[in-house]
Amino acid sequence: MVKNIVDWIDARIPMTATYNRHVGQYATPTNFNFWYFFGSLAMLVLVNQLLTGIWLTMNYVPTAEGAFASIEYIMRDVEYGWLLRYMHSTGASAFFVVIYLHMFRGLIYGSYQKPRELLWLFGMLIFLVLMAEAFMGYLLPWGQMSYWGAQVIISLFGAIPVIGDDLTLWIRGDFVVSGATLNRFFALHVIALPLVLVVLVFLHLIALHEVGSNNPDGIEIKKNKDENGWPVDGIPFHPYYTVKDIMGVAGFLIVFCYVLFFMPEGGGYFLEKPNFEAANPMKTPEHIAPVWYFTPFYAILRAIPDKLLGVVGMGLAIAVLFVLPWLDRCKVKSVRYRSMVHKLNISQFAVSFIVLGYLGAVPATPALTIAARIFTLTYFGFFLALWIYSKNEKTKPVPERLTH
Amino acid sequence: MKKLIIALVTLIPSLAFAAGGSNVPLESANIDLHDKESLQRGLDSFQHYCAGCHSTQYQRYSRVADDLGISVDDMRAKYIFDDSIKIGSLMENSIPSKDAAKWFGATPPDLTLVARVRGEDWLYSYLKGFYHDESRPFGVNNTVFPSVGMPHVLEELQGLPVKQEDGTIVSTGGKLNAEEYDQVVRDITGFLVYSGDPVKLERESLGWWVMGFLFIFFIIAYFLKKEYWKDVH
Repeated sequence: MVKNIVDWIDARIPMTATYNRHVGQYATPTNFNFWYFFGSLAMLVLVNQLLTGIWLTMNYVPTAEGAFASIEYIMRDVEYGWLLRYMHSTGASAFFVVIYLHMFRGLIYGSYQKPRELLWLFGMLIFLVLMAEAFMGYLLPWGQMSYWGAQVIISLFGAIPVIGDDLTLWIRGDFVVSGATLNRFFALHVIALPLVLVVLVFLHLIALHEVGSNNPDGIEIKKNKDENGWPVDGIPFHPYYTVKDIMGVAGFLIVFCYVLFFMPEGGGYFLEKPNFEAANPMKTPEHIAPVWYFTPFYAILRAIPDKLLGVVGMGLAIAVLFVLPWLDRCKVKSVRYRSMVHKLNISQFAVSFIVLGYLGAVPATPALTIAARIFTLTYFGFFLALWIYSKNEKTKPVPERLTH
Repeated sequence: MKKLIIALVTLIPSLAFAAGGSNVPLESANIDLHDKESLQRGLDSFQHYCAGCHSTQYQRYSRVADDLGISVDDMRAKYIFDDSIKIGSLMENSIPSKDAAKWFGATPPDLTLVARVRGEDWLYSYLKGFYHDESRPFGVNNTVFPSVGMPHVLEELQGLPVKQEDGTIVSTGGKLNAEEYDQVVRDITGFLVYSGDPVKLERESLGWWVMGFLFIFFIIAYFLKKEYWKDVH
């Protein structure tokens, strides 16, 4: 009976073939480690954001007059509305935690290198759209930090010569951030950007399954196949990695739910304190800081004395990641078999990113501004140094088969 | 080992930035959300001394009555004086905000979420921080909120607070002694912490069940993975 139905469908669309290609017969390297949980976790968080977002939309009021009160209505009067809201707000931060770790995995194991350049580019586009999605979502609660954060970030576009002022006006739909801005950000946040995000995730997966997964050794399992054409060091994604990812999901949920139930404000970093006060265009908060996941880039912006150059610097900090596959000219992928210089360079990059994140979250002082400048240089220095030394890098011999 | 050393060496610059903090020393509020009597006293003091000017407009009378263990009739009799206000109504302000802005120079802010904006220790210290200062329009200033535009509404309880040379505040002539006054302030702070996040206790008790479930789920998932992976060398 079931077989008949499956045959009937398969004669019309390639259901079984698609399942086998992407799940059942997708050859996955045997040696995935801890770092490889974050791809599937990003998917989990995306689904969480989509579902909780839909239910939040049912009670959210996207107007300047009603937005803030409707959030409190959800928190107090909607059955388990607080759970939906905290799942969504904690999910936003979790999304960036997971994505940053996922990107770092790609960085250390050279997963952006040939033939995975397009896979990396789709991933970077996802990151870009995710930042826009998070930025617009943060305006919706219409708290003080929502309002002033948006005011500051949108005004950055004003630094662009000639068109700057008209551009900011066009983005806001008003001379200041107002109800008009809120309405369009709502539309983009709940419809336009999620659609783009889902399409990009689809393309990211198609690209991944075409070239196959990289692994901690950075060698191609497809080069070593048995007589049936199956990679010797490969195992089918299902059931091996589905059960492993379920374990990853359980581990992730323990951390996620701990934050969700016991510290939903995330120490003032996931939900900033001033955001519990309704937006007031007449009253500027003492210290305007973007949410933690933007602070590394915000620190770079503030570190550069000229406003236009600051905006350019911030843009470059993200843009340079797009061209990473062409900056790294080494043929060896994994950090395991690369030079000490590369190991130190990646370490200093990770530290620079974290320190910039801290510096972007606290008020600037002269000493901290100097620190931000130094770490801005080391951030960009990572890419420059990589481009220089990777040409003739002294690497270790790469194994023929996967190691464990 | 080498990896560890590299990681530690590169971490050194970040340690230099670990410091930081507030410049006003705050007293610990030490509130207990499980202490319903304290919260009830807090509600009572709040309605008596604060609610004349400050609304808590995001919460409802009925919900507060429920959560604090007050009967609906008591709630109505004690705190609702206008027949047009229903027990399920939001706890909005009794004075129009335009008038209030005229009297005080600014509309007294809604306080439903003030504990989440300022923190409980700030609230506690603020309510204890008023002191006599002739140069201010209401004759008082505040240690944690300098030049605050609010009179010392609890003066009949605390008495006239005078700031000493060492910075401490000593008050005389109030209805309460220092310890009793601290308790009143703690009760009000507790009530406002409750108002800011009324679901906190329910959330945390549900949280333990969720954590328990997830730990069991993790163990099962771990052994399931181990079983499936047995044949992968």
